[in-house]
Amino acid sequence: MSGPNKQYDPVEVAALDPAVVEQAVNDAREAIAAAADLDELKAARLAHQGEKSALALANREIGALPPSAKAEAGKRVGHARGQVSQALAARQAELEAERDERILVDETVDVTVRVPRRPMGARHPISLVSERVEDIFVSMGWEIAEGPEVESEWLTFDALNIPADHPARQEQDTFFVEPAGSGLVLRTHTSPVQVRTMLDRQPPIYILCPGKVFRTDDLDATHSPVFHQFEGLVVDEGITMAHLKGTLDAFVQRMFGEGIVTRLRPNYFPFTEPSAEIDCRCWICGGSGSLDGEKCRTCGGTGWIELGGSGMVNQRVLRAAGVDTDRYTGFAFGLGIERSLMLRHNVADMRDIVEGDVRFSQQFGMEI
Amino acid sequence: MQAPVSWLRELADVPADATGEDIAAALVRVGLEEEGLHGGDISGPLVVGRVLSVEPEPQKNGKTINWCTVDVGEHGQRVTEGKAQEIVCGAHNFKAGDLVVCVLPGGVLPGGFEISARKTYGHVSNGMICSQAELGLGDDHSGIIVLAELLGEEAAAALTPGDDAIALLGLADEVIEVNVTPDRGYCFSMRGIAREYALSTGVGFRDPADLATPEPNDTGYAVQLTDTSPLEGVAGCDRYVARVVRGVDVTASSPGWMQKRLTQVGMRPISLAVDVTNYVMMLLGQPLHAFDLDTLSGSVGTRRARPGEKLTTLDDVVRPLDPEDLLIVDGADTPLAIAGVMGGATSEVSGTTTNVLIEAAHFDPITVARSSRRHRLTTEASKRFERGVDHAVAAAAAQLAVDLLVEHGGGTADPGVSDVDHRVPAEAFDFDTRLPTRYVGLEYPRDEVLGTLRAIGCDVAEAGAAEGRADHVSVLPPSWRPDLTNGPELVEEVARVRGYDQIPSVLPQPKAAGRGLTHGQRVRRVIATTLAHQGLVEVLSYPFVAPSVFDRLGLGADDERRHVVTLVNPLSDEAPVMRTSVLDTLLDTLRRNVARGSRDVAVYEIGLVTRAAQDPTSAPVPGIEQRPDDATLAAILGAVPRQPRHAAYAAAGEVEHGGPWGPGRKADTSDAVAWALAVGRSVGLGLVVTSVVRAPWHPGRCAQLALTDGTVVGHAGELHPKVTTALDLPARTVAGELDVDVLVAATGAPLAASTLSTYPLAHTDVALVVEESVPAAAVEAALREGAGESLESLTLFDVYRGEQVGAGQKSLAYRLTFRATDRTLTTDEVSALRDQAVAAAAARTGATQR
Ligand SMILES: [Zn+2]
Repeated sequence: MSGPNKQYDPVEVAALDPAVVEQAVNDAREAIAAAADLDELKAARLAHQGEKSALALANREIGALPPSAKAEAGKRVGHARGQVSQALAARQAELEAERDERILVDETVDVTVRVPRRPMGARHPISLVSERVEDIFVSMGWEIAEGPEVESEWLTFDALNIPADHPARQEQDTFFVEPAGSGLVLRTHTSPVQVRTMLDRQPPIYILCPGKVFRTDDLDATHSPVFHQFEGLVVDEGITMAHLKGTLDAFVQRMFGEGIVTRLRPNYFPFTEPSAEIDCRCWICGGSGSLDGEKCRTCGGTGWIELGGSGMVNQRVLRAAGVDTDRYTGFAFGLGIERSLMLRHNVADMRDIVEGDVRFSQQFGMEI
Repeated sequence: MQAPVSWLRELADVPADATGEDIAAALVRVGLEEEGLHGGDISGPLVVGRVLSVEPEPQKNGKTINWCTVDVGEHGQRVTEGKAQEIVCGAHNFKAGDLVVCVLPGGVLPGGFEISARKTYGHVSNGMICSQAELGLGDDHSGIIVLAELLGEEAAAALTPGDDAIALLGLADEVIEVNVTPDRGYCFSMRGIAREYALSTGVGFRDPADLATPEPNDTGYAVQLTDTSPLEGVAGCDRYVARVVRGVDVTASSPGWMQKRLTQVGMRPISLAVDVTNYVMMLLGQPLHAFDLDTLSGSVGTRRARPGEKLTTLDDVVRPLDPEDLLIVDGADTPLAIAGVMGGATSEVSGTTTNVLIEAAHFDPITVARSSRRHRLTTEASKRFERGVDHAVAAAAAQLAVDLLVEHGGGTADPGVSDVDHRVPAEAFDFDTRLPTRYVGLEYPRDEVLGTLRAIGCDVAEAGAAEGRADHVSVLPPSWRPDLTNGPELVEEVARVRGYDQIPSVLPQPKAAGRGLTHGQRVRRVIATTLAHQGLVEVLSYPFVAPSVFDRLGLGADDERRHVVTLVNPLSDEAPVMRTSVLDTLLDTLRRNVARGSRDVAVYEIGLVTRAAQDPTSAPVPGIEQRPDDATLAAILGAVPRQPRHAAYAAAGEVEHGGPWGPGRKADTSDAVAWALAVGRSVGLGLVVTSVVRAPWHPGRCAQLALTDGTVVGHAGELHPKVTTALDLPARTVAGELDVDVLVAATGAPLAASTLSTYPLAHTDVALVVEESVPAAAVEAALREGAGESLESLTLFDVYRGEQVGAGQKSLAYRLTFRATDRTLTTDEVSALRDQAVAAAAARTGATQR
């Protein structure tokens, strides 16, 4: 290139000619815009911003100018170089965004391909319903009590005011334990847990007794010889049937939905006096008994669903467990977990619940 | 109990417009359970027809149908076509000339079944000849109704074809069927049902037992009541009324109205004497027995049976008797009947009986209950005696039976009236009239309480006022309510008469806050959830097994898991014992799933197992008047076998599925062990794994899981090939069983957290060669101990067997990760720690560094 020019004439220095500078900027812009990818842009950068680029040369010429001319020329070239840099940066950003976009497109997979690499486990719905019921009562300040399934006859029957020759005892279809006279049975209800609790501690008692129970029924669509129950027991000062009703109403609302209420009907159970059958307003038809002009199948058109038995704890039962009947009264109730499950989830056949087919549990997952 | 509305109307002032549904609702309100409402849903034309011709026509399907013409009077085709009714009938129990019941086109049978002329078997059938079941008269589907059989020749002879059969058979009459609870024995009678209806609605009641009876005298048939071994101090029979009717016409049948009522309540008319006893029983609730007087030897009595004695009951079964059975015997000491249960064959009234002895007795409920159970004989009589029969009604019941036999059988009543009465007078008891309010939580004024008690038939004496106890009264319940013996029982009466629907709803608030779930209950939920998260599916299985399952599982002869509790009356004789491990029944569930086509199954169950004591004791059965003494209570609780809660799992097939991403992986021992470890970790426990030999597992593939103190938690691994074969399980099935109670006991104390170091990690790898027999767990334990506290983690990342390590040896490659709590470890420090670890492994397991 040319050396310092003693005979200075700015116009004579071609590289600094404004038209030339503008042309260089235009050339650079064209090349930058034409760069189709980051590699081409890199080449354009080298050609138009690199050491050998026209503007770099022009810049170098400035040093040779007389001080009076340096400022204007410097300004012109600096401005031109700034424009090129800006164009480069903008194009760089554009091309990088395009590249990123393309990578994502390239990485597309078919998310509808099912990938069950590890099978999913599940809880049994009987456990889930039971836990849900437990949680409802725990939230009311109750406790959960449990006991053995092979149980003494005295706790299962006698202490509950079901003497040996009473028709109610025969109706229970009990499994007896060898040898005859062992005094042991498979519990036919979870009531012996209530008696154990009363024998163990003084009132106030607010307990729920969930668990497995046994009756010598054959398995069919609605019966199972092994099933699950939850029984409630409250013994405290001033407990009345109104408290029983209030508890059952609170339970069915939390279990089956707002606005659902219970109805008590007189019935007979040896361990309660007075005794009551519990019905619950049908949540399918809202108690009307009909659905879309047809008889409601859930409640058989009555508007009510039978849930179980209840009543005020028989004084004989309290006395056998050592509770002071002058001071305390109590209520108790018993409901079926299978029945709750069948009603709440429209399970048509008991056999699906008890046969252990994994497909049944798998429908429900981990929460019910 | 089935109650025809027309019969009920005779006993209670049922409003004229009350429907069966209204009446049922009134009965339900006071505690009877409605089982059904029958009849009243039938409309004609339903007429008497005389079969004119019967042409059997065999069909291609093997059945033979009858093409019949029937004279139905001025109805149907006689009116429209001038000919007899043409009907196709599938039944064969009739012939031309018989009177039958025909429903003609336009009629509607129970269940909304509309009849029209329709084409069938190549004919147009203009209606149907009806069976009892089709008319809602019972379950008898066996053939069509032949009126001469149903009503008797005499009644049938009075009929004309075309007569309305709805009125004839009482089909317009509704019948309410109710379930009677064990405390309401008196509701097994029209008298009881009517009384309850009157109580519920406040209408008038006419007591059918309110009839004149002659005074007992000593010219009646001789009766001797003896009972040398009363049950629980109660004599087997405390009242026995005997009446004799002579010269009853053997050919007389009971009147049509009586037969109709018996049919309506579900009984079969049989003969005049039997029908009369049944009718009186249905009306008054008093079971009666009719003996053929001429088979007796001059007197009757009661006694308990003797060992070895037998009786042929009238169902023709020879029954060995038990010394607890109360018998009716004749003067020669021959057993005639099991009291209150069933009569004997020899003294039964028959087609030749002319002289009848009527028995109306009151038997002890427990005696009858036990005999009924012992002989597996539940009869109309036993059902009533067990639940308690009104002891005051015997004389009236006998009188009514005598009257009916005289009226319809042309007999003559003997003037002698035997009534042996040993009843112990009932005692009144004290009742606090505030008790209903205290129990129910609803205000019951004193007047209402007394009014209700009197309405149900109690004698109420307001004796308390004189003693300054105005709230107390003395109550004597009526003779038909033996169930009323104490205050709360009277509370139920007061509450049900006002109505349970009046009881308010009040949520009780425990004064002390509850403790929430117990530690054990929370742990159990965590374990259940953990296993589900491992991909296992929770199932339930019945806990009953065959003793042979223990052989199939390969348990040793003295294995504690053979200490079973056996059932007296198992569901199936093949599975009479309770499981001692959950796997006993869970493996069967696994098999069932595989059989149903699931190739990859992983299941678990958490439940109780039963382990019989070495020396089982029997549980005493004390009275319930008070809390048993401590020793008795301890004996009761001590007799109950140990029932630990176990969690078990089993898996067959793949635990990781193959697919576009690569091949799948079958469940193996490592999965079974990993699941056990996951259960431990989920409750904060690091379980110690050792290799053991234990059935039903593969001897080389069984891990024992234990707490750090050595307490065994359970076992996991692959099942023994013989076990999978014996139980018909897929080969290589893996399984585990853990004692949840042990895990619960080992946890619960708050865990002390260690401080987390933020200094950099240092990794170093070692490969150690050991004998094949050395378990990895032992090498790992030695490395941990040698490396000291700065070891943060230790991972086995490779196991190599081959030439480079020599036969019978294996190379275990571990990555050790160190981090100090207080500084960055130097390279030299890390090397030194690694060397210590290797040295410990060398010393304890003979490991050499590769
Ligand atoms: Zn409904």
